[in-house]
Amino acid sequence: MATATAADPGRRSLAPRRRQSELRRAMPAVAWWAICGLIALMFLFPLAMLALTVIKSPGEAAASPPYYIPHHVSLENFKEIGNTGSGIIQYVLNSALVSLGTVVGSVIVATLGGYGFARYRFRGRTALFVVALMTMMVPFQALLTPMYSVLVFLHLQNSLLGLTLVYITFQMPFALFVMRNAFAEVPQEIEDAAAMDGASTLSTLMRVMVPVAKPAIATVALFAFFSAWNEFLAALIFLSDQTNFTLPVFLTTLVTGHLGAINWGVLEAGVVVTIVPCLIIFLLLQRYYVRGLVSGAVR
Amino acid sequence: MSAAASTAAPGRTGPRRFAGSRAFRRRRAMVGLLLVSPALAFVGVFFLAPFVLMIWMSLHKWPLLGHTSWAGLSNYAAMGNDPMFWRSLAFTVEYTLIITPILIVVGFGLAWLIRERRRGVGFFRTVYFMPYVIGFAAASYLWVWFLNPGVGLFDKTLQALGLTSSPVQWFSSRTLALFAVVLMIVWKVVGFTMLLFMSGLQGIPDDVQEAAQTDGAGRWATLWRVTLPLLRRTIALTVILAIVGSMLAFDQFYIMTNGGPNNQTVTIVYWIYDSSFVNFQLGYGAAMSVVLTVILVLITSVQLYLLRDQT
Repeated sequence: MATATAADPGRRSLAPRRRQSELRRAMPAVAWWAICGLIALMFLFPLAMLALTVIKSPGEAAASPPYYIPHHVSLENFKEIGNTGSGIIQYVLNSALVSLGTVVGSVIVATLGGYGFARYRFRGRTALFVVALMTMMVPFQALLTPMYSVLVFLHLQNSLLGLTLVYITFQMPFALFVMRNAFAEVPQEIEDAAAMDGASTLSTLMRVMVPVAKPAIATVALFAFFSAWNEFLAALIFLSDQTNFTLPVFLTTLVTGHLGAINWGVLEAGVVVTIVPCLIIFLLLQRYYVRGLVSGAVR
Repeated sequence: MSAAASTAAPGRTGPRRFAGSRAFRRRRAMVGLLLVSPALAFVGVFFLAPFVLMIWMSLHKWPLLGHTSWAGLSNYAAMGNDPMFWRSLAFTVEYTLIITPILIVVGFGLAWLIRERRRGVGFFRTVYFMPYVIGFAAASYLWVWFLNPGVGLFDKTLQALGLTSSPVQWFSSRTLALFAVVLMIVWKVVGFTMLLFMSGLQGIPDDVQEAAQTDGAGRWATLWRVTLPLLRRTIALTVILAIVGSMLAFDQFYIMTNGGPNNQTVTIVYWIYDSSFVNFQLGYGAAMSVVLTVILVLITSVQLYLLRDQT
């Protein structure tokens, strides 16, 4: 977790202002701003163009050659995507259901499991933890074929519940790892004090441990959300009924005319609906997300 | 809860009094197992079972419907005679070899620019990282439109800047299609590489670099002799993550190039997907999955070996 503070020095660093650093000497403020600004423009350019085009009318959005600024602002693309397939609302609901299910499931299962692995001694504890973490070494892409057979066996193919259970499993190694570490850092005395006051296992966990581990829970929840919301391949394989599609799979239905008659404005509206929730959540909670990424990767 | 409260409450000495007893330890062990059992159930049903089944399937002729028959190692032997297997494996390796150094160099450059506190640095960090939170599928569709020679604004901008005279047919040739995907992926994921390098750079005390420069080392010498060697762990990590991610590439090729032109941009995961769910040769798909798993476990083992004394 040392890396967590390192990734965010602006917030906690108590060090006094240093002498002119290497970067400052190499690059004066104006040049630095110009270079960083130019790079920022390149990163923002596709998103800005998307935003400008999606508010054109469908005809304008399909104009060739295209132009940058819409002549008429129109929400026609969004209206049209509301009537495409089962309607965009259905797909947003599917994605939201799967993502929230994955978030809630991962948080509950990893909180219980992380607490168990961090604080309880039982036979095979280390071996079981290693097995759970090993999930990470085998790419889920390789397991999708047999996983499909398992889902068929459980009568969970083409089901949002089945997809959610699979997504929770994808999250397990990372989530268990984060939660176990978070609980292991809580001083034993705090837990003992609660136990002495007569709290049961679950109430110690809920009233004492969980509040201390809130940042870790936020990290687990955010990761679960992003990966479930954005996951494509498993959803493509497991969902066969169009009314069950999640947003990324729904997008494939918008280009069925492949290179033929794509309704560009509608496709972009679909892209916007898919990415905006991610951008908003990231901008609001980036501190937890970035910390989780760094500590998760540096492991 | 109330039962526990009533046994522990009197005397307020609590569980400590029983801490050494065998019954107490056995009860703790039971509770511990109970706590981890949901996690183990998920891993068992949706990881271990499919893992074992993958190996079993790879030894069978396994259609989507209908009955399966023992095939021994013939699925593995079939890979040797399957030009698409070799082509997709070679293409995936090529893609990995192209994208990995780009991600490292660009990611390091960005991290170097924005590693310290400076007015506006938070904004730039956020902007460079932002595309990372967009999914691969949505990002691919965004770029399908953006790069479209007819309606996309990328080609128009290239022309406006005088870089090309006419729109580029990005997905008409293997080279251009690969270039387009690499461009999109760098845009989407380099923020993550940057972040890893940023935390690596911030782990190096300024004094170290200053000391090197006081000793007369030039800027480049400091970078090559001091900074990069101190970052070798971060570099190893980013290399491994880039390799693993690229070896598993699917979404961007499925969506942007559709494997084309002429199946020249089909990756190994794409070919496993096609074999299993388009050609319905699930046994053959499973055999290729086993091979892919072995390759990736080897790569990940190297990662764990390189990072073994961390934490």
